[in-house]
Amino acid sequence: MLLIDCPHCGPRAEPEFQYGGEAHIARPGDPSALSDEAWATHLFFRSNSRGLHAERWRHSHGCGRYFNAVRDTVTDRFACTYPTGTPRPDIADKPGETR
Amino acid sequence: MTGAFRVPRRGIDGSRREVRFSFNGRLFTGLAGDTLASALLANGVHLMGRSFKYHRARGVLTAGSAEPNALVSIDRGAGRVTPNVRATMQEIYDGLRATSQNHFPSLHFDLGSAADLLSPLIPAGFYYKTFMWPRMAWRMLYEPAIRRMAGLGVAPTAADPDRYAMRHAHCDVLVVGGGPAGLAAALAAAESGESVILCDENARLGGAILAEPATSSMGAAMAGWLERTLTDLVSRRNVRLLTRTTAFGIYGQNAVALAERRTDHLPPEAAHGSRERLWQIRARRIVIAAGAQEQPLVFPGNDRPGVMLAGAARTYLNQFDVLPGRRPLVVTADDSAYALAKELIAAGARPAAVVDLRPDACPMLAKDISACGVAVFTGGMVLGVKGAHRVRGARVADANGRVRKVNCDAIFMSGGWAPSLSLVSQASGQIVWSEEANTYLPGALPKDIRCAGACAAAGSLQDAIDQGTSAGFWAGRVRRAEPPSQTAPEARLSPASGGPLVSPVTRQVSGLRGKAFIDFQNDVTAKDVQLAIREGFHSIEHIKRYTTTGMATDQGRTSNLNALSIASDTLGLPVPQVGLTTFRPPYTPVTFGVLANFARDGDLDPVRKAPMHDWAVGQGAVFEDVGMWRRARYFPRAGESMRTAVARECLATRRSAGVYDASTLGKIEVVGPDAAEFLNRMYTGSWSKLAVGRCKYGVMLREDGFIFDDGVIGRMAADRFHVTTTTSGAARVLAHMEDYLQTEFPDLRVWLTSTTEQWAVIAVNGPKSRDIVGAVVDGLDLSNEAFPHMSVAEARMLDTPIRLFRVSFTGELGFEVNVPSALATVAWQAVMEAGAAHDLCPYGTETMHVLRAEKGYIIIGQDTDGTVTPEDAGLGWAVGKTKPDFVGLRSLQRPDIVDSHRKQLVGLLPTDPNLVLEEGAQLVEEEMIGEPGSSLGHVTSSYWSGLLGRSFALGLVESGRQRKGQVLLATTSRGFAPVRIEAPSFYDQGGERLNG
Repeated sequence: MLLIDCPHCGPRAEPEFQYGGEAHIARPGDPSALSDEAWATHLFFRSNSRGLHAERWRHSHGCGRYFNAVRDTVTDRFACTYPTGTPRPDIADKPGETR
Repeated sequence: MTGAFRVPRRGIDGSRREVRFSFNGRLFTGLAGDTLASALLANGVHLMGRSFKYHRARGVLTAGSAEPNALVSIDRGAGRVTPNVRATMQEIYDGLRATSQNHFPSLHFDLGSAADLLSPLIPAGFYYKTFMWPRMAWRMLYEPAIRRMAGLGVAPTAADPDRYAMRHAHCDVLVVGGGPAGLAAALAAAESGESVILCDENARLGGAILAEPATSSMGAAMAGWLERTLTDLVSRRNVRLLTRTTAFGIYGQNAVALAERRTDHLPPEAAHGSRERLWQIRARRIVIAAGAQEQPLVFPGNDRPGVMLAGAARTYLNQFDVLPGRRPLVVTADDSAYALAKELIAAGARPAAVVDLRPDACPMLAKDISACGVAVFTGGMVLGVKGAHRVRGARVADANGRVRKVNCDAIFMSGGWAPSLSLVSQASGQIVWSEEANTYLPGALPKDIRCAGACAAAGSLQDAIDQGTSAGFWAGRVRRAEPPSQTAPEARLSPASGGPLVSPVTRQVSGLRGKAFIDFQNDVTAKDVQLAIREGFHSIEHIKRYTTTGMATDQGRTSNLNALSIASDTLGLPVPQVGLTTFRPPYTPVTFGVLANFARDGDLDPVRKAPMHDWAVGQGAVFEDVGMWRRARYFPRAGESMRTAVARECLATRRSAGVYDASTLGKIEVVGPDAAEFLNRMYTGSWSKLAVGRCKYGVMLREDGFIFDDGVIGRMAADRFHVTTTTSGAARVLAHMEDYLQTEFPDLRVWLTSTTEQWAVIAVNGPKSRDIVGAVVDGLDLSNEAFPHMSVAEARMLDTPIRLFRVSFTGELGFEVNVPSALATVAWQAVMEAGAAHDLCPYGTETMHVLRAEKGYIIIGQDTDGTVTPEDAGLGWAVGKTKPDFVGLRSLQRPDIVDSHRKQLVGLLPTDPNLVLEEGAQLVEEEMIGEPGSSLGHVTSSYWSGLLGRSFALGLVESGRQRKGQVLLATTSRGFAPVRIEAPSFYDQGGERLNG
């Protein structure tokens, strides 16, 4: 069970959270202007990173808010969490290094 | 008298109370502080069990939790029989009842031991190559027989009456192991004020110190250090000491699971509170001070009762005041056994000889022992052991190969000490082979975990303390290099005075006759490993699975290294190339009770109940679980089956009126100046023009265009909507809405509140529903003109504000009365009373399903599966074609979504009107039968209809709407049955009844 540092509530246990997929994928302003291919890329293609990965979480059994996190997909370690709408912090990508 | 083999007053304990217990019905006396093993040994009992496969007589091998042999059942009363308890860990108490396992008729005379004679027929992996014919006999005859023969204790069948507790804790430092290194680490870490938890699986803290003789100067010094350290630790408020507590698993982010045994050492009548406590600890830093495990030597007969590890013998002698043999043979490949030999002599034993397998053993050590009149055979070996139920003698070869017989009553062996690396392995720490130490040692560790003491190859007790201190300073963030001030100077020992804690592991392997065991608990011999290799299993992972070595409950703590070493010798490969198996949680067996904890019986899974639940119980309703909700399915009268009850409820609703508890519907209050615009973006329909007091059916899509949820939405005010969702979708719809509101449309001024549990919903349907609802709701004209279909209004009932919807999920005139939950039971009663004159019939979910399916109303998750678009479901009319954007709109133009071959919702009528199809049945055309993987669709809903007097169904079928009238074949348990495709509505297609 992971300990996740909600930017609004502090560190809380994983069962209070819901995973929300990769972060920083903004919905296009006018989806109808997109080609089928561009829309499919938006819908289905994700980076699937090995190492540091920016992703969304929702503190569903706490404040209810979505936020972003950078997590190492090799070690499961969270490098940082930060509020929705703020840019991804500059953290060096070294897979497994933070173990 | 507490046993003929009790040595007077040697151990650390002072006066010890006498304790009476029984083993296999025989009464014995032991001393307080004894384990079952030490108390039996004090009484001269070595035979404690029968082995798993060959039913060989077995005694104790160890004095700790790695014990593979001495497994017993402890009987604490009905439902409290615990099988496979290690006698070496079970503390005795007055009235303890222990019995041995896996034998018939008795421990001393076991018919099952014939298996030992038949062993050539049942080598490793025998079940893969024998007992193969006839085929049926394996399941019917061989396997049951083999299972009866093999095995351990018998689990009780009565329910466990004990309670189990759970605690979560955070700490700065967790120290695993309460030996010298662990205690020193805890003390050092506590210096800085950091919170420290230390756990140890034993009843007493002290670890290897307890095995030192109190009579020696070092033993006395260590005992003094231990006492001062414990006093200091106990006095500190930031330190918690947990004894009888096993850290059995390390998980991600330093989450550690501990099982604390709280009452198993007490007489049942003195045991209060929970039996065990599960600790889930999150530690910033962990110090693993798990010690080392002495390894057995591999020689024929090394499993006979009386053969035990030398370190175990030291513990029995020095900690428990028990002499486990009066004329023991000491066999060693390690210096530590020489200390034992001297202590045995001092305690009055006359060792038969010391056999040191190493030709280059230290001559000084040998000379020391010879001086006491005990023969030392350097470079010797043990060729065999005499005595099946107890060691009586051994055949020993000296360095020149001369064989002699020695009489002995016990054999104490040492193959060296190997660090306990289970937790290191679990924590993904590196484990590296050390050529010098001839064993595996901890390598690179996760950055917040350290090892200290014997498990980090400490060479002496003083080394262990020093390593523990330094690990404790690191863990406690203490910036100093000095040992903690609490360590008094006289406790300092010269490094040479402690025996080696970790020493080379060597084995005696040879082509000798007789069984030389590697894995005692799973009965795996050296020959089994060699056989596996001859049969082509060369990786240790394969050898392990084929022979089952290391797969018993002790996880090979006394067998893995010997198996590896023999495999390495046989294959001619260095040990690291043979590999190392992974240790997994739990470190030692953990009871199901402590894992299940309070999640049992009614508390296993939370149940949600609507406010009217108790009323339904009183009416004799049959219930079903829908997600976490427990809902009334139907209300059978005396003698009614489900089919007749549901048919009656359906007809009553269609002819007069039915009432249904719809409280479980999800409800979300969507409020704010931009509420309508928000709903425009979240639902396929258009909400801006919906008038206050009106409601509309809404379909919600995912961004990929597939139906996610549906429900009726009412506009209560210009800036306020009452949104309903499916019962199971309530939480995910709110999360979906919050997701878009928070991350994609944060500019919209909208607030979302779940009101599912605030509103109880009484749904009244049927031609008479207006009369019934009109009688209980005040201040509202319910006529068609004033309150037409799809209206919503605030009204009053029983002097309380309510919300009344005129909606229908049955196709009949219908109302949904939303009342505050606190009022629900009173309101329900009022509706029932008003309905008495109209034969108002309560109905449940099954009837609701039939009623809606007769009308072709879909249920999300039953008639859809996450790959169904509005068009597929026949809901194209609910999509606002002119809207510029909503979630999922763009995907409705994707090439595969506009494809004409998609599956579409259809009605299905079986040719046989009595055949109710199975939901999930596949639909095919005649020529597709036998073609694998071919199907045109499947049945999604299927019922018997009392109204139609026949069966009917809904389904999803490729290009289904074009196939109306076509006959397909549905799979049934008795072959294929013809079904005709119809429009998905079987009743009142024009919808006149809604407006009745």
